[in-house]
Amino acid sequence: MEGHIVINGELCKECGLCIMCCKQGAIVKGESYNAKGYIPAKFDPSQGKCNACQTCAIVCPEVAIEVYRD
Amino acid sequence: MKLLYGWPKYLKKNPFHYCPGCGHSIIHRQIAELLEEMNLAHKTISIAPAGCAVLAYNYWDFDCVEAPHGRGAAVATGIKRCLPDRLVISYQGDGDLAAIGTAETIHAANRGERVTVIFINNANYGMTGGQMAPTTILDQYTTTTPEGRNARMHGFPVHISDLVAMLPGVAYIERVAISSPKGIRSAKKAIKNAFETQINDEGFSLIEVLSPCPTNWKKTPADSWKWINDVLVDEFPPGVLVDRRRRKDKKRSGKKGKKNAD
Amino acid sequence: MTKQLMRGNHVVAEAAIRAGCRCYFGYPITPQNELGEYMAENLPKIKGAVYIQAESELAAINMILGASVTGARAMTSSSSPGISLKQEGISFLAGQELPAVIVNMTRGGPGLGNIAPSQADYFQATRGGGHGDYRTLVLAPSSAQEIADLTFDAFDLADKYRNPVILLGDGLLGQMMEPVEFREPVKDLPSKEWTLRGADGRPSRFSRSLILNPTLMEEHNWKLHRKYQLITKQETRVEESGTEDAELVMVAYGVAARIARGAMKRARREGFRVGLIRPITLWPFPSDIIRNTANRIKHFLVFEMNTGQMIEDVKLAVGDNTKVHSYGRPGGSVPTPMELERVIARLYYHTIQKESSS
Repeated sequence: MEGHIVINGELCKECGLCIMCCKQGAIVKGESYNAKGYIPAKFDPSQGKCNACQTCAIVCPEVAIEVYRD
Repeated sequence: MKLLYGWPKYLKKNPFHYCPGCGHSIIHRQIAELLEEMNLAHKTISIAPAGCAVLAYNYWDFDCVEAPHGRGAAVATGIKRCLPDRLVISYQGDGDLAAIGTAETIHAANRGERVTVIFINNANYGMTGGQMAPTTILDQYTTTTPEGRNARMHGFPVHISDLVAMLPGVAYIERVAISSPKGIRSAKKAIKNAFETQINDEGFSLIEVLSPCPTNWKKTPADSWKWINDVLVDEFPPGVLVDRRRRKDKKRSGKKGKKNAD
Repeated sequence: MTKQLMRGNHVVAEAAIRAGCRCYFGYPITPQNELGEYMAENLPKIKGAVYIQAESELAAINMILGASVTGARAMTSSSSPGISLKQEGISFLAGQELPAVIVNMTRGGPGLGNIAPSQADYFQATRGGGHGDYRTLVLAPSSAQEIADLTFDAFDLADKYRNPVILLGDGLLGQMMEPVEFREPVKDLPSKEWTLRGADGRPSRFSRSLILNPTLMEEHNWKLHRKYQLITKQETRVEESGTEDAELVMVAYGVAARIARGAMKRARREGFRVGLIRPITLWPFPSDIIRNTANRIKHFLVFEMNTGQMIEDVKLAVGDNTKVHSYGRPGGSVPTPMELERVIARLYYHTIQKESSS
């Protein structure tokens, strides 16, 4: 399965769990700050191919991640 | 392109106030998802505790009443006895349920009240700044056990779920640890089992959730997961503590009607 | 409706059931055990009714909270130490604006006290009792018939104002047997649009007393305050007798008022012009009538079965020109009318007659 995710950066609190849990390595630390002062995680398909496993979405405490199947 | 996972219907669109990496919102979300999947939200009355989750009603889009600290099981009793066909969920923390609320918890379980208690165990009193809780483990630092919990001075960690499991009125108790994707998925299954226990009029159900509290544990969220997996589960091993249900596993949850596949 | 001879504790229970009470949660404590036992026997006979002997008075009041939020008419009863345990729950009920009826058959105190009747819970009942800026209506019957009537009213008032109501009795009222005529059972209960019964076909709701924002909390407290002002204006109840020509007015409630009435009869026979003001609602306190009476009658005698609690409210009401005397027996001692009449006589000889002759 191929997919992609959309991270709502304003909800992200930089807990890092999605980055840790993504087996494909497709989520990385971001570069810029959100309004709350956190650096949201970033979906980077160049670092790994998302297979829409939804693990990131279910570990995210903020429900900040939407998962799409392509 | 198909949306596989999105914002649950029965969560209000409010950003969570919880700390980064906290486990509360994971379980809040799973409860909302389950109520949608099981078509129960319109029949649910939830009870919010005193603790970090006191504001649960800001997130749950179903009926919710605040209970005084520790009294969730008694409030649940009053509600369920008046409205036996509703789903009554008491969401409580470790201090709420096993310190100040010990009597109410044990006796609601003893009466076999057809309610579901969701017991969030993060081994400290989170909201008030990290004091010792009944489930704080030996040698664990908290602000009221600055030298570490000492059995002689502070007593041993309370295995409330094991105590309550002894009571015949209890139909289902399972402990899960939401410190891994697998654990998080198992939590949702366990909570679903508990809801089914209530709906099938089997008896009292309780799900204990070992949940991270990074702020008061003074760890990163990732290290908090590690601490649960390496240390806390030794004291509180995940698994089914008691299962007195008559109707078991007729439909294994997760096989039929998958929505957000957990 | 025929008259029945019934014990006070049973009267509360029977009246409650007739008033539509379908939930009772209680705990044994003397001198009100018969109330819970009556409920245990009769509530389960009604479909959908709930009786639980809770594990503590604390658990009971929290079960009340749960039942009340679903819209049920719910009642708990206890006696002084158990009522102390309920204070947290009562404060929460008031903060969340939930109706409930709490019956206190006062016993001797403080602490474990004894099982004899007293009126030592006046402060606890009328000053909120628990934490926070709230009040509970306090109804004080003085006969079995009045217990029956006020129990009905307690449920109506609790629902009308969305507030806990205390029915304040004592061990004597609970145990004595008198003829009672009950009202017909209530057929239609008031509808409640604020209940939590599952958000079926409506937006979800929540019930809470936590308001973190101080400004919003302030507004909530003023809202409750306005409610209490309204209750004070509309629900104050009092009975007076013999005050038209009195030189001395007694103030007493409940069982003490019965004793005072006996003393009043004796005193009148001796030529002492004595009257009686009997508050029926202790909160709201009938300050107006006492204040008006104090304009023309300059001696009050507050008679309570405690060391002096209601006297503060009387003093607050009367102002400076009126002497407020007090007589009380705490701890479960029940004074006799003769004893109280002697107090009146002494007051007359030493104070009142001296004043009129000087």
